[in-house]
Amino acid sequence: MARQLSRRKFVVYSLAASTLTVAAPLGCDPSTAEGIEPTAADRRRPSDVLVTGTDEEMLVLEVTAANKVVVRLPRVEVGQGVTTAVAMMIAEELDARLVDVDIPLAEARTKGNQYTGGSNSVSSLYGPARQLAATARAKLVTAAARRWHVPARSLRTRDTRVIAPDGRSATFGSLTASAARIHRPSVSSRPKPASRHRVIGRPTTRIDARDIVTGKATYAGDLTVAGAKPTVVARPPTLGGTVVSVDDRAARAMPGVHAVVKVAGGVAVVADSFHHAFKARDALRITWAPGPLASLSDAAIRSRLRAAVPRLGTAPRGSAQTEGEFEFAFVSHAPMEVLTAVADVRPGRAEIWFSSQTPMDARDSIAAAVGLPTSKVRVHVMRGGGSFGRRLNYDAAIEAALISKAARRPVKLMWSRADDIRHGRMRPASHHRIRASHARGRVVAFAHSMASVSEAYPESGATAQGGVTPAVARAANPLPSDSGLYNFGRLSGNSGSVELAIPLGAWRSVDSGTMRTAEEIVVDEVARSLGRDPVAFRRTTLRNKSVKAVLDKVATTGHWGRPLPAGQAQGVAVHEEYGSCVACLVEVNATDPKNPRVTRAVVAADVGTAVNPRGLEAQLMGTVIDGISTVLQAGLHIDRGTVRESSYADFHYARQRHAPLHFEVHLIPSRREPGGAGELGVPAAAGAVANAYARATGTKPRRFPLTF
Amino acid sequence: MPSYSFVLNGKPVTVEAPADMPLLWVLRDLLNVTGPKYGCGVGVCRACTSHLDGGEIQPCVVPVADCAGRRVTTIEGLADGDTLHPVQQAWLDCDVAQCGFCQPGQIMAAVALLKKTPRPTDAAIDRIENVCRCGTYSRIREAIKKASADG
Repeated sequence: MARQLSRRKFVVYSLAASTLTVAAPLGCDPSTAEGIEPTAADRRRPSDVLVTGTDEEMLVLEVTAANKVVVRLPRVEVGQGVTTAVAMMIAEELDARLVDVDIPLAEARTKGNQYTGGSNSVSSLYGPARQLAATARAKLVTAAARRWHVPARSLRTRDTRVIAPDGRSATFGSLTASAARIHRPSVSSRPKPASRHRVIGRPTTRIDARDIVTGKATYAGDLTVAGAKPTVVARPPTLGGTVVSVDDRAARAMPGVHAVVKVAGGVAVVADSFHHAFKARDALRITWAPGPLASLSDAAIRSRLRAAVPRLGTAPRGSAQTEGEFEFAFVSHAPMEVLTAVADVRPGRAEIWFSSQTPMDARDSIAAAVGLPTSKVRVHVMRGGGSFGRRLNYDAAIEAALISKAARRPVKLMWSRADDIRHGRMRPASHHRIRASHARGRVVAFAHSMASVSEAYPESGATAQGGVTPAVARAANPLPSDSGLYNFGRLSGNSGSVELAIPLGAWRSVDSGTMRTAEEIVVDEVARSLGRDPVAFRRTTLRNKSVKAVLDKVATTGHWGRPLPAGQAQGVAVHEEYGSCVACLVEVNATDPKNPRVTRAVVAADVGTAVNPRGLEAQLMGTVIDGISTVLQAGLHIDRGTVRESSYADFHYARQRHAPLHFEVHLIPSRREPGGAGELGVPAAAGAVANAYARATGTKPRRFPLTF
Repeated sequence: MPSYSFVLNGKPVTVEAPADMPLLWVLRDLLNVTGPKYGCGVGVCRACTSHLDGGEIQPCVVPVADCAGRRVTTIEGLADGDTLHPVQQAWLDCDVAQCGFCQPGQIMAAVALLKKTPRPTDAAIDRIENVCRCGTYSRIREAIKKASADG
């Protein structure tokens, strides 16, 4: 029944259904889709209908009779704009109106690639999504041709309709039932060439923008499902502290309190409202045992990290050295929407609603935690109010499931902001030792050794901590940069780690956010010691033409070298990753060195095809604010095993007054397949801010954030 | 339990709630008005920003008792039917939102600012304290200026 419709890379299957329903496999890597064996779904007979709930590893497109194009997306929307980008790909190839395309988030599956991370969503979906829609279009056109008895090639598609030369037209919805029975389309199922793109590449407003500005966008905490009751957890003062004893009599006697249950992280209160839950939480009398880090503070962590940095090898004979040691503090992810999960755990089944980048892993872990087979656990993926890597882990979902099980009722668990900042997760602190060796005006060797904190699991193990994804494991044990961004002769490096029981997580741009930042500071210092201009020096030593092009773009459009008053300066940095590259130029006013302001930021990026330039610009804008925040002002202190910060009052993520007054983005036109872009800008922005600060103040930035 | 009456988005409502219950939880947990978001509970992040008698408030730190007999406006009450408020429209035109979680509060803060200062300077916009963790500040600034220019 199903057959391979494309001779190209992306296979599309027809799924038997009463409406036109086509599916493209999504492997972990798009290239693995080639030659995939037909699955059970393909062998179904038409009478089996419907694919709902059995999408598995497919990207499934359905044209409904109501003229909607529905694609259940195995990714999460956390603000990065993936739903808009995918809707644009679909609208492009189907010639559908964007408003007719719906991109609901798929619930957790058991197979396939449902991982949102590593800036790979657009690049992994670009081929399958377009092929899927092109196949559906061919079938709709063929169905119309048969209905009207005209040659299929004479028909056009526009605005979610098929249009005949004589002016007749039919909506896709009116054709979907007959299109479902088309097996051999009479027109090409190939995606359009890029030269004919009218949607892809056009700056487009988010498809959910109106819901957002009217307050209708629904996050986990806004759900009123299953009668779930507001729930909060009293947590220990120290990281990893434990309950010795609890007197909950006063709390239980308070109005509106339904249950008080002990969990691994503390004591949970289930109540009628979050007000009642917080009041009862505060009425608990708990004796806490200190966590494993209760004697540890920042100074000791820093010195252990410094000691864990592997030695740099010997410098080439006769070379001069430019060296630096760099320290980065822990940083909270602090998404605006605190961790929230609705859980309804019953004796034979469980249902969870939360925002997750890793719903398949989450489902397995939740099932194991509550003692159910995975098949009895449903995970509904909600849009997230930001993530920045935080929703790779699913600590709150496991906790909610365990509370629901213990309290024998559905719960809506919310971590308070203080819970979120004081109990993690966070970007690991790290220490870097970098040495550039130069001789006769050239860098002949570049060495970078570093150490970062990695997460230790004292008793409970990774699962109870909320899972460790590959991305997080990578973050815990990073490798020094070996990308060879510059012609720097011999590259070398090594990494060490200090294991501590601190909840860590991959933070937007992961290792590059510290490693490239530190390296770009050293590149500026090398240029200075060689008497070269930072832009000119980079231009002559960068390996990749694309990186040179983005650097040139910011230098030109940002007026590199323009005179500025004392205390103000420009800084520049570049980065290359995810098949993309970026340059950032900023101007800093550090007249008051303790209160610097980035006044201007210019970014240039080459990400291949920019599906939605407007969304891409937004991502780059966000990463500039991340760079400003992490380099200048936002970090976490550890005081005797406790995170000192507890809200945005002391975790100083940038506000409007810290954002550049002037911001501009330049995208390099390209017809390459899309690269990754969501995390791309962080290291370049952070490096540019540090370099501008250095030039404005005549200092050498070494410990971040600088005003901490 | 005491009961409090106020006008919510143009309609009279009465709730039974403890006097010290923050308006945010009255709205979200009792009235199912979920546009105002919890982001900190201490009036710092301002994701819940709404209006009380037309002035900006953070409902997470305003007890319901203080709202009795007054007019409460949340993001849900800003548009006139299907016609968006000019600030909402500017937010759409500038594609401000990313994750969107802080944006109801940002919009309500911008509306309050423009009411007091129809032509705000950059310095005035800089005084907006609302956190946007996605870093949409440049577009927020652009949208406020656009709404200001569009009157």
